[in-house]
Amino acid sequence: MNPHVILRVVAKFLIPLIVMFAFYVQFHGDYGPGGGFQAGVILAAAVILYALIFGLDAAKKAVPPAIVRIGMSLGVLFYGGTGVVTWLLGANYLEYGVLASDPADGQHYGILAVELGVLFSVASVMVAIFYAFGSRQPDLSDEDW
Amino acid sequence: MDLLSFFPEWVLTHGAALLVVLPLLLGAALAVVPSENAAWAISLIVAILCSLIAFALCVQTFGGESLTYAMGGWDPPHGIAYVIDSLSAPVLFLISLMAVLCLLYALPSVRAEVEPKKRAPFYAAFLTCLAGLLGMVTTGDAFNVFVFLEVSSISTYVLVGMGASRDRRALNASFNYLILGSIGATFFVVGLGFLYMETGTLNMADMARILRDLDGGSRVAQVAFAFIIIGLGLKLAMFPLHVWLPGAYAHSPSFVTAFLASTATKAALYLLLRFTFTVYDFEFNYVNSSVMFLLVGFGIAGMVFASLQAIFQTDARRTLAFSSVAQVGYMLLGIGLGTAAGAAAGYLHLINHAVIKGALFICLGAMWYRFGITRIADFRGLSKTMPWTMGAFTISALSLIGVPFTAGFVSKYKLAAAVAGEGWWWAVGVIVVSSILAIIYMGNILKEAYFREPPIVNGEVVARNEAPLMMLIPMWALALASISIGLNSDVIVATANNAAELLFPLADALPGGIFQ
Repeated sequence: MNPHVILRVVAKFLIPLIVMFAFYVQFHGDYGPGGGFQAGVILAAAVILYALIFGLDAAKKAVPPAIVRIGMSLGVLFYGGTGVVTWLLGANYLEYGVLASDPADGQHYGILAVELGVLFSVASVMVAIFYAFGSRQPDLSDEDW
Repeated sequence: MDLLSFFPEWVLTHGAALLVVLPLLLGAALAVVPSENAAWAISLIVAILCSLIAFALCVQTFGGESLTYAMGGWDPPHGIAYVIDSLSAPVLFLISLMAVLCLLYALPSVRAEVEPKKRAPFYAAFLTCLAGLLGMVTTGDAFNVFVFLEVSSISTYVLVGMGASRDRRALNASFNYLILGSIGATFFVVGLGFLYMETGTLNMADMARILRDLDGGSRVAQVAFAFIIIGLGLKLAMFPLHVWLPGAYAHSPSFVTAFLASTATKAALYLLLRFTFTVYDFEFNYVNSSVMFLLVGFGIAGMVFASLQAIFQTDARRTLAFSSVAQVGYMLLGIGLGTAAGAAAGYLHLINHAVIKGALFICLGAMWYRFGITRIADFRGLSKTMPWTMGAFTISALSLIGVPFTAGFVSKYKLAAAVAGEGWWWAVGVIVVSSILAIIYMGNILKEAYFREPPIVNGEVVARNEAPLMMLIPMWALALASISIGLNSDVIVATANNAAELLFPLADALPGGIFQ
């Protein structure tokens, strides 16, 4: 019946793992290789895989384009907002040291917050580009040739 | 320093960062705001705040001191530093003030030229572009310059492409600009890579110090210089690298044209000054000779050939676009002279040209808004159908030509005096020839508007139909600025001299007024 049954089963199994791995790369970024950009791409890859296997419409139902658009802005605002918070705490822009009583901890929280912003933006932009190319209507449909 | 007492202490300390953060963050927020009017109002408020901050920075640095802001609290040269001095502060003020004036004009014009669904994101792209331009000028970190260059360029491609709902050729123009702009940015960043290899630092002041210690550095530094000049040359439309400019100016929404013509190439010119004279040193042999021959050569070629091309255009927007390339030639001639007087003249022309071209493009936009015309042949009778718009256009056109008592005269006189001071009398001749060509191409337009009757449509003479007030205010503000600079240029000449003094610290005291 369904020609892609193996792909579908394997993808269903893999997608949660890919998402998990994305968050591992994200939150382990300050100890090992990784960070917001890489994590964002991996997270977006999970969505794109879902769209490839189950179709664009299903993916758009799971991750609506409106949310993707908000995610792009939200990431920048999260990054910049961290800087605004350090301003409100009386330091220079993005001076993470003031975010906690111990400056070393502050740097840690700061970088996590900023990287989270990067994750939102990168993942949303990747998905948005994929949606944009994927939803393009061909000028002539295949049957009209 | 009474003026500074109006500003809160906090704004003065954090002004350099605030100038970039404000438009960047609100630009991102605007991308999800659905209402067009709210987006416009927020953009206008941001632009006004930015110009107030930039004004405060101008006042602070007027005496020649420089302000350094350590991003994230990491001191330079290891951290990213934002540096405001008497060279960058006036450019910042110019960019943000032009943003305010163009935004006033934007409300009616964007409504006429951009699809309803795209209007709110349009303002988001505009604020991002503003953030990029301001960032390019504020930052003292060479790689940061590249990042902001890309921020402003990418949003500019979007803005140019938004003209597609009025003119499909905008897409083509935007794509051309994207390809050439990316090549320019690539050259620039390759140059930075070589420079980093040579000096091991990205902080501009630190680079300058190390290069001076190395007495100009090895061939790597020379290659870096070549790449940076070509990259910036593409961005600022230096004569043979200007091919993206006419299309981008002619087909983008008129608000975008007015803003770009008065800011984007100016920010790139600022970077050229910064890299040629601050990071590198005019004393280095290779800098000296390439600036003397390349910048002056291309500048002169642009002044003559771009002016000639401007004469043969049938579309008024293309005429002005080619004229912009020619005017960049004047600035390059001043910069390439390699003297404090030349740099001051180039800098002065940078500011004056922004004022003039901004006004001219706003006028053209208003004419399109009322009558849907851009071809020169369609301008007939405009002096009767749109007298106020044509009045502002005429004043700015005279200023572009360089008629006495206008801004254009002040800077052209300064430039001629500077090149004559070096004994380059032939260059004075080229300035005169190029100005005569300007009389021809601007005269073509004025002739149609003043000496021909309005056309007759459906048996009736076209009635008077003046531009809306929202368009008249910015265009007249700029036209009057042109005249007031022409009548009393002390402040602006002093600003340019301050900037030049920063680039040539050992230069003797510069003459104050224009009539020494």
